Amino acid sequence: MGVEGIGARVARKEDKRFLTGKGRYTDDMVVPGMKYAAFVRSPHAHAKIRGIDSSAAEGMPGVIGVLNGQQMLDDGIGNLICGWMIHSKDGSPMKMGAWRPLAHETVRYVGDAVAVVVADSVGEARDAAEAVVVDYEELPAVTDAATALRGGQPQLHPEAGGNLIYDWAIGTAEAETDAAIAAAAHVTEMTIVNNRLAPNPMEPRAALGIYDVGEDHYTCYTTSQNPHVARLVMSAFYNVAPENKLRVIAPDVGGGFGSKIFIYPEEIVCLWASRRTGVPVKWTSDRTEAFLTDAHGRDHLSTVKMAFDGDNRITALKVDTIANFGAYMSLFSSAVPTYLYATLLSGQYAIPAIHANVRAVYTNTAPVDAYRGAGRPEATYLLERTIETAARELGVSPAELRRKNFIRSFPHQTPVIMNYDAGDYEASLEAAMKEADWAGFGARKAQAEGRGMKRGIGMSCYIEACGIAPSAAVGSLGAGVGLWESAEVRVNAVGTIEVLTGSHSHGQGHETTFAQLVADRFGVPIDSVSIVHGDTDKVQMGMGTYGSRSGAVGMSAIVKALDKVEAKAKKIAAHLMEADESDIVIENGEAKVAGTDKTVPWFQVALSAYTAHNLPAGMEPGLKEGAFYDPSNFTFPAGCYICEVEIDPETGKTEIVQFVAADDFGNIINPMIVEGQVHGGIAQGIGQALLEGVHYDPQTGQLLTASYMDYAMPRADDLPSFKVSHQNTPCPNNPLGIKGCGEAGAIGSPPALMNAITDAIGNNDLTMPATPQKVWAAAHAAQ
Amino acid sequence: MTKVTMTVNGRQVSGDVEDRTLLVHFIRDRLGLTGTHVGCDTSQCGACVVHMDGKSIKSCSTLAVQAAGSSVTTIEGLAQGGELHPVQAAFKANHGLQCGFCTPGMVMAAVDMINRYGGTLDEKTVRENLEGNICRCTGYHNIVKAILAAASDMSAGRQAAE
Repeated sequence: MGVEGIGARVARKEDKRFLTGKGRYTDDMVVPGMKYAAFVRSPHAHAKIRGIDSSAAEGMPGVIGVLNGQQMLDDGIGNLICGWMIHSKDGSPMKMGAWRPLAHETVRYVGDAVAVVVADSVGEARDAAEAVVVDYEELPAVTDAATALRGGQPQLHPEAGGNLIYDWAIGTAEAETDAAIAAAAHVTEMTIVNNRLAPNPMEPRAALGIYDVGEDHYTCYTTSQNPHVARLVMSAFYNVAPENKLRVIAPDVGGGFGSKIFIYPEEIVCLWASRRTGVPVKWTSDRTEAFLTDAHGRDHLSTVKMAFDGDNRITALKVDTIANFGAYMSLFSSAVPTYLYATLLSGQYAIPAIHANVRAVYTNTAPVDAYRGAGRPEATYLLERTIETAARELGVSPAELRRKNFIRSFPHQTPVIMNYDAGDYEASLEAAMKEADWAGFGARKAQAEGRGMKRGIGMSCYIEACGIAPSAAVGSLGAGVGLWESAEVRVNAVGTIEVLTGSHSHGQGHETTFAQLVADRFGVPIDSVSIVHGDTDKVQMGMGTYGSRSGAVGMSAIVKALDKVEAKAKKIAAHLMEADESDIVIENGEAKVAGTDKTVPWFQVALSAYTAHNLPAGMEPGLKEGAFYDPSNFTFPAGCYICEVEIDPETGKTEIVQFVAADDFGNIINPMIVEGQVHGGIAQGIGQALLEGVHYDPQTGQLLTASYMDYAMPRADDLPSFKVSHQNTPCPNNPLGIKGCGEAGAIGSPPALMNAITDAIGNNDLTMPATPQKVWAAAHAAQ
Repeated sequence: MTKVTMTVNGRQVSGDVEDRTLLVHFIRDRLGLTGTHVGCDTSQCGACVVHMDGKSIKSCSTLAVQAAGSSVTTIEGLAQGGELHPVQAAFKANHGLQCGFCTPGMVMAAVDMINRYGGTLDEKTVRENLEGNICRCTGYHNIVKAILAAASDMSAGRQAAE
């Protein structure tokens, strides 16, 4: 692999700028004449706008303009859209209500933007925003999805009667599934709540809109995981500007976790406001705005029936899920509880009949969309809590019950679309149990009891689908875009290399791992390789980074481009050394004729391509190739997580005494970076299970968890160090054998932790987050 | 408006500020030192940590006028002579950062922590002392590792120098 090639623990190239304060995030950008935006936001969860009086605000110091939604409508700016069409069981298309970037008639959640003030300073903009008087007629609100579906509840959008966006089903026929359940020897039934989360990347969202009147051209700096998708959507649907007149730049981005995939009102407003006011307009979210308006994650309520035969084999699974979508359909929201969730309900298990029904519902809360894992954590949590409960009910070991039902031959077609290509679930289970010393748990539990502590252990075997996705397949399922990736490899005249990618790095270390690919291919130092991303003027097109797709899809595109560069370089080298092209090997920074001592340095090959003094007949000068890669299948990372906890029965406080992760990610480019991804994912999963939860007041729809004083982010002293390992089976469907690692930690960890806590307290009736109060109550109820 | 003068990264700077101007905004907007970040509004996240007269403080909950006459070190002033500070180097070697946004605050808090505890730092102490710094990417695993490694290196360095 070489010290910098595939498989090497290379320290990150990007670290120096971050460690020395030289990162360049959107809020760091300063352009001449730049002014600042502050948004006027609804304090009500649901209200009609009777009028907006900006007169006082317009006269305040430093104010350049106060703009509203009617003006935006007059200028032809379009509605925000959801880009994935889902059809209900009855064949009708999903019911999408209008989402205006600035509401002009109705506000539907606390934080809905109504107007924007542009002023000389942030302080002046905020002061003036306070002075904008909006006359609201308050309406009743509903925040809970199951409640919103009942009759007589507040109605959010006229398009969606009963607040129902779609009523969708997948898998085996319902009657067939019901028959299998009726014939079962044992049925485990549960109600599963997947708590609503706030993504909380540490960098709040920001946007800088710059309109150049001379060129009639727009530039948008934004905190995006996919600047090209932002440009496409803003051009094609929001009518901000045609693509050739709109440059979107996502510079350093301080974490995303899904929440920065979506196009939000603020970047559209900043661009439009820049044209309206004639000055560049920058907006930076504060943390409370982030809690109010960043798309939330999860918020599912499900019932599940898991049926077993007399030999403890799963014979059927039936799931009914209500998904809370919030007030508006965010960009990918519709896909999350359908094709990213229900398609994973087979887990690691051979289940002959699966029927899932999903209802998507409007409520007076922030929009809900993809958050780290997006649907797959919800599926895994449901399955792994249920199979663990089944093991307890059946009186068998949770490991044995899982083993009995593991899928063991591949490819495996599930009843819910997915075709698993490779995996070895037993290997991960065994590795995790060994690392956790599962066998020694009884002794540790007895020892803990001696100290008056309750000790529990729990496991979770997850699978996810990554590398989204074959474009034709997702197109047939309703996606509005193709999910390929692009790359361009530019070899400069002196042999240094630039790789342009449509992937976007916001913590994942692409500048290092992508360079490792090139180093591995040509034997050049990674310092001579630069990764260019995040700018629509530099990279022609790309689909961005989410769903653990940058390795499996983004790097596969680079491989395709490298193949083309290598082929041309070999032709040039063969010509220079008067050898046969098939005898040329490129390694260690030089082209060699195999079996001879003839070599040409890499830079010489590159220089020859650009001097073009002595190229093979008919060859074009230059050494630069591009490629698009469209995957042939999803990839299927999987693994086993084990968590061991100790609970103080006096306080209900849970301490995680060990956390073990055994993952199968396929081939790995940089193990250090992969482990870091797992650590971070586990912390977010532990956060969901133990600490985090978004709460709205059910009557008023006020967000009660809108700061770090109220929303419990995992701190260093809430977490242990983690034990992570890999048991990899290469993915057969992409050139590098990569499956993806970005979301696994957040998917596998919540059920492992909840299974451990419920094991410790002997009560299964516990919802996330397992706060000390809830754990104490559940423990005492069990006694 | 009040005129404030302070030393930032060894250089004397002054400026007229509104009374409500926070130190972090003076540093970022007036001095253009954008390495110090704002990640929350409630002094919880620690992305804004700088050193004032050698001690770590949250520059989001310090007024610029409160820093008048003091010596402030930001993340940009930590590395000397083109070499990373040992804490910066340890964060790199141990992959203690991902998106980089919390990193300046983490590093500044860690330097202060090591100054206070020296070689006696253990994992529990590091985790407790990081309570005021939030990271969403790393799960803290490698941050803790980096701080312990830096504490050990710096303590060994001091002993060697003595």
